[in-house]
Amino acid sequence: MAECLEQSFEPLTELAQDIEFASVRRWKQGAPHRKAVAFFPVYAPMEIIHAAGMLPVGIAGAGDRLDLQHADSRFGSFICSIVKTTFELGITGKLEPFDALLFSTICDSARNLCFVMKRNFPGQHFEFLHLPHSTSESSIEFLAAEYRRLMGELQRIAGVEITAGALRNSIAMFNRQRELAGEIYTLRAEAPHLLRATESYALLRAGLRMPVEEHIAILEEMLPKIRARGGKKRDAIRVVIEGSFCEQPPLPLIRVLEAAGCDVVDDDFTLAQRWFSEPLPLEPDPVQTLAERYVRCATYSSVRHFPAAARCRGLEQRIRRSRADAVIFLIAKFCEPAYFDYVLFKKAVDQLGLPSLQLEFEEKLFTFDRLQTEIETFVESLIFD
Amino acid sequence: MSVQATEYRGSIHQQQKELMLQWYAALDRAAGNAAEQPVVSMMVSGNCVELLEGFGAVPLYPEVNALQLAIRHQSLDPILLAEELGYAADNCAYVKADIGAYLKGITPAGGRLPKPTLVLCNFVGCNTYLKWFEHTADLTGAPLYVLDVPFLRSEEPGEADIAYVVRQLKEVVARLESLTGRKFDYDRFQQATAYSAESEGLWSGIKHLAQRSPSPFDAYFDAITLMGPLYVYRARSEGVQFFRDALRELEQKPVSAEDEKFRLVVEGPPPYPYFRAFRDMFARWKACAVASTYSTVGGLWEFGFRHDPEKPFESVARHMLAQNVTNRNYLQRYEQIGHYLRAWDADGLIIHFVKSCRLFSAGQGDMREYFSRMGVPTLYIESDLEDPRYFSEAQTRNRLDAFFESLEHMKRTGARRMPLAAPQPSPLRVL
Repeated sequence: MAECLEQSFEPLTELAQDIEFASVRRWKQGAPHRKAVAFFPVYAPMEIIHAAGMLPVGIAGAGDRLDLQHADSRFGSFICSIVKTTFELGITGKLEPFDALLFSTICDSARNLCFVMKRNFPGQHFEFLHLPHSTSESSIEFLAAEYRRLMGELQRIAGVEITAGALRNSIAMFNRQRELAGEIYTLRAEAPHLLRATESYALLRAGLRMPVEEHIAILEEMLPKIRARGGKKRDAIRVVIEGSFCEQPPLPLIRVLEAAGCDVVDDDFTLAQRWFSEPLPLEPDPVQTLAERYVRCATYSSVRHFPAAARCRGLEQRIRRSRADAVIFLIAKFCEPAYFDYVLFKKAVDQLGLPSLQLEFEEKLFTFDRLQTEIETFVESLIFD
Repeated sequence: MSVQATEYRGSIHQQQKELMLQWYAALDRAAGNAAEQPVVSMMVSGNCVELLEGFGAVPLYPEVNALQLAIRHQSLDPILLAEELGYAADNCAYVKADIGAYLKGITPAGGRLPKPTLVLCNFVGCNTYLKWFEHTADLTGAPLYVLDVPFLRSEEPGEADIAYVVRQLKEVVARLESLTGRKFDYDRFQQATAYSAESEGLWSGIKHLAQRSPSPFDAYFDAITLMGPLYVYRARSEGVQFFRDALRELEQKPVSAEDEKFRLVVEGPPPYPYFRAFRDMFARWKACAVASTYSTVGGLWEFGFRHDPEKPFESVARHMLAQNVTNRNYLQRYEQIGHYLRAWDADGLIIHFVKSCRLFSAGQGDMREYFSRMGVPTLYIESDLEDPRYFSEAQTRNRLDAFFESLEHMKRTGARRMPLAAPQPSPLRVL
């Protein structure tokens, strides 16, 4: 059974990294008039897209699977890889299955990317969502209006009305997905030897490429099997990964981390599925609920405003919950939000008395010798301390 | 070719210097008497200095402090200190210089800088602002309010956007009333918007002088000199007087046809650590910037917007939402540049990519492609606005020289002045 379980991660890994979006194309071919909406990291109200009968798809660059032919000259130096690979995906026609692409206020580069793509790909619809950087009461009302504006655009594209009932159903569906994602992270914190970080990554990332109903079914089927898995605890350092919320580290790098003696007990690879830790209420007004919970209850994140103390409290809670021994700041090259937060987080982690290591990656990285040496040295310094 | 100093220095430059020294003196006094003089730190882009007038508060602009350090060749040490503290080589160097200077106790004019009464992050397009002010508030212990201005997603801001910003402006008023113990002076706020409207009209008049050929005003280098008073004083009578004098002086400034060989539009901030050297690279070719996007960071007044004393809150909100280059979307910047090229009758476009500022720079290669395909001679150069390590003087001069030589050749052969083609989508997509 263990072998069977291990084999089931392989197609999910492939699905999560597929830059042809074959699963999206297949889904669209399954019935006439089906529409898909891609969203750029980090968060999108997937419930609204789902309630319009559309498939929400989380895109995350192209890893090392795409050579840049055009994007370098459009974006120049000092711009992160995910911005360039996303543009390249567009210019090579790989984003063709998407009827709309959704961006939000996460950083300056991603915002400009939205509009550069809008010019270059006039056949597709681009939507820019202003997710508030405020906890003021007025931001709830604003965000509800912003979501209603988005609903208007999606209704026009989908040709269907988004009813309150449909939205409640979608919220319930994504509540369940978030609950299961939470269980996966709880399991990893309790028994990291039962589920490797790369497996967990595939399990959750694949969920951004398929209908939420299918993903829930997969998680419900696999979770009991994972819990029943054999194996014994490793003598490893428990680490939390912080800083990989947008551009994704190459999977071999995560394997290097684990092979070097780290148990990744928490990470921020798929924040979209962990944006809320509690289920969202379905009543009274679902749009208001989505807005209110975004402002009041969402996870801390480097791509939205938090006062420094609150931001650091968020990381400290993750460290305590997962009983981590150390923090690895795994930051995508040129990711300014992560660079800035690193300064605050490093201070907070130092004050907790925890060791930390900063590593920089690019999604297209394919040699890991230097990083491996750094990680091994870090782990050895902790083991023999 | 010898360097020719075409830089204009009239009495407005002296006035500008005095005004800015007065501002630093006011900040120094405030540092010594925090209870009497409220100080609000803000960002330059789409700033709401009018609102501060309702409290008699002095604005504190970290960006202005940072650029002053760079111009005075004092930015590198603070940047290095910030990097020692963990800031990355690729973080905005404005932020690093500001934070490093705060910790080192370096100030641009040598006086003291006060702890702000309120750190007011006017989030107008630039996400770095959020981080910068989160860190500033953390360092100084000053209270923080983030004024979340929705990014301009369509041609005009929606009603929900305006209502949202107005509500937040009123929250800022309540917050400042509580922090200062002062009652908000609505009449003074209204008067401030009236002064701003006048200053903005005069500033717009100055910008339009550059439509003359030859232009008496360089809308990049000279504009930067005038931008300090624009941000600090536009909502006060001193600002109105300053811009009235400036317009009069520039209108009467004698210029001859030989003083101007090329007319340019410049996109992006300047390399402040090498400001003079950069300016000389243009001066030696008698190249005048007739328009620039950087000079519209604070506001886009040359296109007609004015603050409205009849609707002060709403007009401040509209200014923050739609009437500054940073909160407008990237394609609107293409339109802005295209308009300059036509209405200001420019020969070409210089795009200056600065590594610190992704708001300006991310996508400028696409911008170059867009304008080149329209037949606009376009030069793309890279450096930084604050960090002297990213400026290669010889390379930048070589590229500018080559660009001007090619413009000169086009002029000689009559190949210049291709009519601006209508904007077209990129043909590159491979489907």
